[in-house]
Amino acid sequence: MPYYGSEETVKELKRALSNPHVQADRLRYRNYITKVIRYMTQGLDVSSLFMDMVKASATVDIVQKKLVYLYMCTYASENPELVLLAINTLRKDCADPNPMVRGLALKNMCNFRMPGMIEYIEQPIVAGLRDKASYVRRVAVLGCAKLHNLQPYTEIDGSIVNELYALLRDQDPVVVVNCLRALEEILKDEGGVVINKPIAHHLLNRLKDLDSWAQSEVLTFLLRYRPRSDDELFDILSLLDTFLQSSHAHVAVSTLRLFLNLASAHPAVQADALLRTSAPLLATCSAASRELRFAGLCHVQQVMRSQPGLFATHYKRFFCEYSEPSYIKFRKMEILEELVNDENVSLVLEELRSYCTDVSPELAQAAIAAIGRIARTYSEKCLDILTGLLALKQDHITSAVIQTFRDLVWFCPQSTAAVCQTVEAGVDGLQDSEGKQALLWLLGEHGDQMGSAPYVMEGYIDGLKTELSSTVKMELLTAAVKMFLCRPAETQDMLGRLLHYCIEEESDVCVRDRALLYYRLLQRGVEETRKVVNGPKSDPSMSVLTGRQGEPISEWASTFNTLGPLAGRDSCPQTDLISAADQPSNSAEEELLPGSEDVTLSSPDDTEEEISLSLGAPLSHESFEKMWLDLEILHRQALGVSRPRTAPDTLQASLQLVKIQTLAFTPGDTVPWKAYIYTRSSGTLILAELLQGDPQAPGTDESLVLSVKQQPVNQHAIRRFVSVLKSVLQTLDVDTS
Amino acid sequence: MISQIFILSSKGDHLIYKDFRGEESKDAINVFYEMVTALSGNQPPVVMSHKGLNFIHIRQGGLYWVASTNTNPSPFTIIEFLNRLAALTKDYCGSLSEKSVRMNFALIYELLDEMVDFGYIQTTSTDILKNFIQTEAVSSKPFSLFDLSNVGLFGAETQQSKVAPSVAASRPIMSSRGEQGGKNEIFVDVIERLSVVIGSKGVLMKADIQGEIRIKCFLPTCSEMRIGLNEELSIGKSELKGYSSAVRVDECRFHQAVKLDEFDTFRILKVCPSQGEQTVMQYQLCDELPCAPPFQLFPSVEKDYVNRVLIFLKLRCDLPPKSTALNVSITVPVPKGSTSMSQELSSPDQTAELQPKNKALLWEIPRFPGGAQLSALFKVDVPGLSSASLLEVGPVSMSFELPKQTCTGLQIRFLRLSPTQTGLSQRWVRYVTHSDSYTIRI
Repeated sequence: MPYYGSEETVKELKRALSNPHVQADRLRYRNYITKVIRYMTQGLDVSSLFMDMVKASATVDIVQKKLVYLYMCTYASENPELVLLAINTLRKDCADPNPMVRGLALKNMCNFRMPGMIEYIEQPIVAGLRDKASYVRRVAVLGCAKLHNLQPYTEIDGSIVNELYALLRDQDPVVVVNCLRALEEILKDEGGVVINKPIAHHLLNRLKDLDSWAQSEVLTFLLRYRPRSDDELFDILSLLDTFLQSSHAHVAVSTLRLFLNLASAHPAVQADALLRTSAPLLATCSAASRELRFAGLCHVQQVMRSQPGLFATHYKRFFCEYSEPSYIKFRKMEILEELVNDENVSLVLEELRSYCTDVSPELAQAAIAAIGRIARTYSEKCLDILTGLLALKQDHITSAVIQTFRDLVWFCPQSTAAVCQTVEAGVDGLQDSEGKQALLWLLGEHGDQMGSAPYVMEGYIDGLKTELSSTVKMELLTAAVKMFLCRPAETQDMLGRLLHYCIEEESDVCVRDRALLYYRLLQRGVEETRKVVNGPKSDPSMSVLTGRQGEPISEWASTFNTLGPLAGRDSCPQTDLISAADQPSNSAEEELLPGSEDVTLSSPDDTEEEISLSLGAPLSHESFEKMWLDLEILHRQALGVSRPRTAPDTLQASLQLVKIQTLAFTPGDTVPWKAYIYTRSSGTLILAELLQGDPQAPGTDESLVLSVKQQPVNQHAIRRFVSVLKSVLQTLDVDTS
Repeated sequence: MISQIFILSSKGDHLIYKDFRGEESKDAINVFYEMVTALSGNQPPVVMSHKGLNFIHIRQGGLYWVASTNTNPSPFTIIEFLNRLAALTKDYCGSLSEKSVRMNFALIYELLDEMVDFGYIQTTSTDILKNFIQTEAVSSKPFSLFDLSNVGLFGAETQQSKVAPSVAASRPIMSSRGEQGGKNEIFVDVIERLSVVIGSKGVLMKADIQGEIRIKCFLPTCSEMRIGLNEELSIGKSELKGYSSAVRVDECRFHQAVKLDEFDTFRILKVCPSQGEQTVMQYQLCDELPCAPPFQLFPSVEKDYVNRVLIFLKLRCDLPPKSTALNVSITVPVPKGSTSMSQELSSPDQTAELQPKNKALLWEIPRFPGGAQLSALFKVDVPGLSSASLLEVGPVSMSFELPKQTCTGLQIRFLRLSPTQTGLSQRWVRYVTHSDSYTIRI
């Protein structure tokens, strides 16, 4: 139906719409208009019908009106002069006795999104703000925001702002919330709507009259408010208390976020709030809507960062269900893995074991990796399961198990003997290079504990010609050399063959170079080689980290109930497996360069040239304020220049030129003069305050004092930042004086 | 703040597109569809972003319901809003499918226009919306009202021996002027979702019940309704009234419109239902199953000769004799590389097939009477079978539907509309238990 003969279709519609017989028959007329909208949705360009549609807007049929308005809003910007024809009808409708018609007309007039409309809509909006019907007021309030959006750079109309602030006391709850939204947009450049004490308390008292959408939005606005005293704080919290248990997940979660924010100085209150919201959160984790489940799980994970034990008794709620999509299953496994304790370990492991034979290889591998991580604490039970999985003789399972073994041995040396025994008992059928690398690493590193290790390795050396992956070849070289060091008699011959092949016949340069390196190293003597090649066989310091330390709630409270926790992030299980896998296999290279770590860490002067500032994503006022309060001052210095006498715009622009963003500054000649600026540089965020003439800080009368905070700390970046800032200010100083 | 809302069919056809703020171009739809179809299984697909534009989507009725935004809103709000939009669409159009959305697109635009203004959610309540929605729904007619599989699906306790056809509740709420007009009906459904794991020795390892009481109201105006629940219903772990017969739930939450002044003493919910569907009460019971698990499985897995696995399943339904489980399907994972299967089933209406792609066999039983026991023998050919391959058989997962059953035992004693309206209104109470996940380890 949709695309063929599009021009014909449009012509036909045009003919039908202008046919007086059709126009006379209400239903037929409406039918044709419906058709136009249908084509519009499907992507057909029906803008040439604009004239006919404008005519159709003059009708008493509200359905038809709505359809025509929908059409006009879509094509208005392409036909600005034709829209003006419709204006008269619309303005007439704005004075219709029926509030629905008034609201509809006003809403659509504001929706045209053409700057030319402003002069026509301003007056109806102002009239709409005082309309008797709440429906019209709602529309008019948002109309103010739309009006501002049409002309974002003009001065803010103070009278409208005042009127909107006054309308916060409106009877209709939606009008109240719309006022907040409109003010937020209009005052965006000044930091959004101001929530002072009377407004905050007014909103809190109205909260129960609002519908759930408005509730969660108001709760978000209230994040901005800081109570003056503890008494006030607890009054607010007790008002909010009932909303923690709201049957709407979004309200409960928004309330929790506000709780965590307000009570940031009272950890006990925070913990209590978390405990009480755990029920609604858990309920979302088993909601009928998959998407809601996912959101719930992601937020449970966040809460667990601070309170790992909170959900421990509910671990069964995180068992995967057969029909769940894999993105939910992955999250549940991650959570299960962290909830393991002495009581539930056997049940959790049994559950994870049943995922290991899942149809999806990714899921199976993730389950195996999860068991491997639990093995760092409960090695015996997990090793039994993993060994049992090897018996299935399925390529992807075997490969994942071997990789898990390798990681386990690296983190948890006491399991080495058991792993070696299992590996010796027979591992074959490894197909993918990841698995092969893991096996070779195990053979090389722990060959002394496996009687058959040289023979297994010989198989790989004999099959070298058919091996495609160069990383496997490199791992094989390293493993063979290590094996040679502990079992020279059995390995000498095959190592010779391997080196010969890699040096003489191998086409991959990296492999050849690696072979040459080992060859020359071996020429220097066995002891010399041993010193270079044999590094630590495990990293015992890592095993200390198994018990997860509770992070402070403030670490994540700012991203709670935002898209952050849901968006793709570092802990995708697949990458986790790989990054853990990288550690041991790379160790071979690091070991070749003794002391290489020192080199990378301490090169004080070389890097300073490299550091440059960048703007990055803009920082909101709230997050700046929060960070500013959380961080310590790292650096304070008098800059020796006084504050620039230029216009604020010039200052902002010139700072922007050197990639320093201005957040806020005091206007004109106010004393003390302050400015807050920030910038980013090689992974750190630098926040700074410029201050002049503060009576409490001596020595600031003449010159600007700079205070710098940073996260994470990087002194080079600070030095660079200070020098850039200083030069800008000096230039400005010269310009103006 | 929502920039755009669009509804796409599973093939990516644009069904509905509404731009609220004019900030983003229409190309966003194609960008979204490319992203969502390019997803591999393990990426989190609910939220995706592209050049600062975040897409949040849900899937319902085989359609993508997408909201795009360039701010960082509460994911719960957006997801619940999209769910609500889908529910309202279902209320207004009768059912949720590509066809019904296509046929009623003008209505959906109208709905969206009233629900969201400039990207801000205005209202989603049917009571308010019905004053503004003028377009009438075009309903896609069901094939036949007397579709045999539907008869006897739901029992109605308040109207003796009368059975509401299951399609009755899937009609548009606004079609009172249409041919089905004049039917003032109200449906109260008690729906429970069961999530059970049974260990290899028949031990119950996990049992959760998520339940809800849902009202679907077709009455144009409705005064207060009183719903009486079991008087012996107790809530919470500690509080137990009387002796054994108590019906217990761990916790429950109510719709904010529900008045609870008589709940504590008489277990009566008072609510003024608005037109359409709404959930008045949600409850859950964890780690406990007041009744016996509905199904017990007695499996035996053997290696027959060289390349064949014998799977013998005996399935017993432990429901009371008068009740029946419907649409029972049993999925048994089989060893990788299974090529073919022969089966011996006890009756001709059952089916079984091997799904090599999922390496599983699927056994389906349309009706399973309570107290009955069915058995089936499957012979699966697996080239290169080893004894370890037998470990790949299991865990078995089942899905089924138990009409007229609640596992918690929650019942609706009475349903009263006050003041009593003229005899026009019909009240229906329906119970159903779904298996959310029913896993039996072998």
